Amino acid sequence: MKLQQLSLFLENRPGRLGAPLEAIAKEGINILTLSLADTAQFGILRLIVREWDKAKQVLEDAGWVVNLTEVVAVDVLDRPGGLADALAVLEGAGLNIEYMYAFSVRRDDKAILIFRFEDPDRAIQVLVEKGLHVVDGDELLSVVSG
Amino acid sequence: MLTELWNDAEGGFHPASAPDFLPKTALVQVQLRRLRAVVSLAYDNVALFRARMEERGLTPDSIQRLDDIQQLPFTVKADLRDTYPFGLFATPMSDVVRLHASSGTTGKPIVVAYTREDVGVWSEVMARTLACCGLHRGDILQNAFGYGLFTGGLGAHYGAEALGATVVPISGGNSDRQIMLIRDFGVSALCCTPSYFTYLIERAAELGVDLRALPLRAGIFGAEPWTDGMRDHIEAAAGIKAYDIYGLSEIIGPGVASECSAQEGLHIFEDHFYPEIIDPETGEALPDGEEGELVLTTLSKKAMPMIRYRTRDITSLISEPCECGRTIRRMRRIGRRSDDMFIIRGVNVFPSQVEAALLAVEGTLPHYQIILTRDQGLDQMTVEVEVTPEVFSDKIRALEDVRARLAKAIEHILGIRVGLRLVEPRSIARSEGKAKRVIDRR
Repeated sequence: MKLQQLSLFLENRPGRLGAPLEAIAKEGINILTLSLADTAQFGILRLIVREWDKAKQVLEDAGWVVNLTEVVAVDVLDRPGGLADALAVLEGAGLNIEYMYAFSVRRDDKAILIFRFEDPDRAIQVLVEKGLHVVDGDELLSVVSG
Repeated sequence: MLTELWNDAEGGFHPASAPDFLPKTALVQVQLRRLRAVVSLAYDNVALFRARMEERGLTPDSIQRLDDIQQLPFTVKADLRDTYPFGLFATPMSDVVRLHASSGTTGKPIVVAYTREDVGVWSEVMARTLACCGLHRGDILQNAFGYGLFTGGLGAHYGAEALGATVVPISGGNSDRQIMLIRDFGVSALCCTPSYFTYLIERAAELGVDLRALPLRAGIFGAEPWTDGMRDHIEAAAGIKAYDIYGLSEIIGPGVASECSAQEGLHIFEDHFYPEIIDPETGEALPDGEEGELVLTTLSKKAMPMIRYRTRDITSLISEPCECGRTIRRMRRIGRRSDDMFIIRGVNVFPSQVEAALLAVEGTLPHYQIILTRDQGLDQMTVEVEVTPEVFSDKIRALEDVRARLAKAIEHILGIRVGLRLVEPRSIARSEGKAKRVIDRR
């Protein structure tokens, strides 16, 4: 149920984001989703791709430091309050969210939320108990690529 | 008797090491005889030395005791540049069998020359260096010092052959091949700059090669200052003993001094290179044990004798006996060169201090660079540190924390504010020779 997220260290200057994306594009690896967190000096690019192990190898061979983290994807209806409802469940269970990002999928009127929990296993248990839908890798792929 | 003294695989003390064990009185006799000869040679054949001695009313006969050396004028690096290329040669070119030159990053390079006899002395002192590091016949030495105009490659090469070891003359660079040969040849010793070896450790890990599991047991490192912390890292990560060796082209190249198994200072081959320590400000000679600038006089060089050459390296001499049994004096490891030092906002800073701070925080030494700039008349120092897999995290907060701890550790040691920037891995240029740690843009 957990997804592997790749994180890359980038310096915060023009052109730095393009290079890793090009490197994995050249290998025919498609990005399912990404997020970029940044400070004035540096940024962390977080990627979810289908062939994460191949992407990790490609990026490391090209010289990036790549960190592998387990994240959890949840889908909710793409309507006002969809995210708030999911967060309420997590908050109620006392689950600590390190960070999250979201994207919507037009076809299914769904929004996918990606969470980085301190304890992903317990988070999944709680989410499933509360009737939320945890999306696994194959599902995410079929939703995103149609 | 330590086994270290028995350097020959066939069970003998290597004859090349004999002068390391001369009784003090015999050593002083050799030094005085050679000093008088080299001063005469320089006086008779090198215009610059002759003019400077005449200015002081000196002749070669002024040297009656070793201490008389203190009357002689110093030689500095600028003298080599001013007389470029051949102005300090004491023999005709027909007697010179080899030229080497510095890379010449600033202005003209400096050129050094060797007669056949000089090459013989160089081979001898490098053989003694390698013997000091515990090498003997039967050892396979991978020589990753650069071959060419730089003295490191050929110096180590001739020394290893003189000792009877097997040389792999791979020169610098091509790191993947370096690692392949270390493994495939069962290399037992390797020489290069310490910064290049830390890169090889990094690369071997990427290639899945565990250096600790290989026969490699000794690393002979020189050509740049390095810290004890860096030594600990190298010894643990590669499973070897890491020896510091010292030399400079102006004197002969590598082969001036070397650590022994005790790793408590470097034995100076003082039957060929006479050491003094001076106060760098006043030029006054200082007694053994006191820290100052190392000054060297070549006692047996023919093609290009150096009289009282100021090395800019800061150290002190150790005259107490060494546990290895060698009688020649030692010098403390060079932590800093007086020309490596930079002054920022009135504070003297040595790259080794920054290194110590980075090591304390990260446990291993990351690649780093110090950038000096001037912003509205005020000097700024920024340390760029490459992010390593060990400290990288997907969380901004964790990285900010690493950045803050590194900056704080440096500020704590230097007592001044510094900028600290985390940069991408491999974004700081690697060197196959001496690492360039300081970029001064002021």
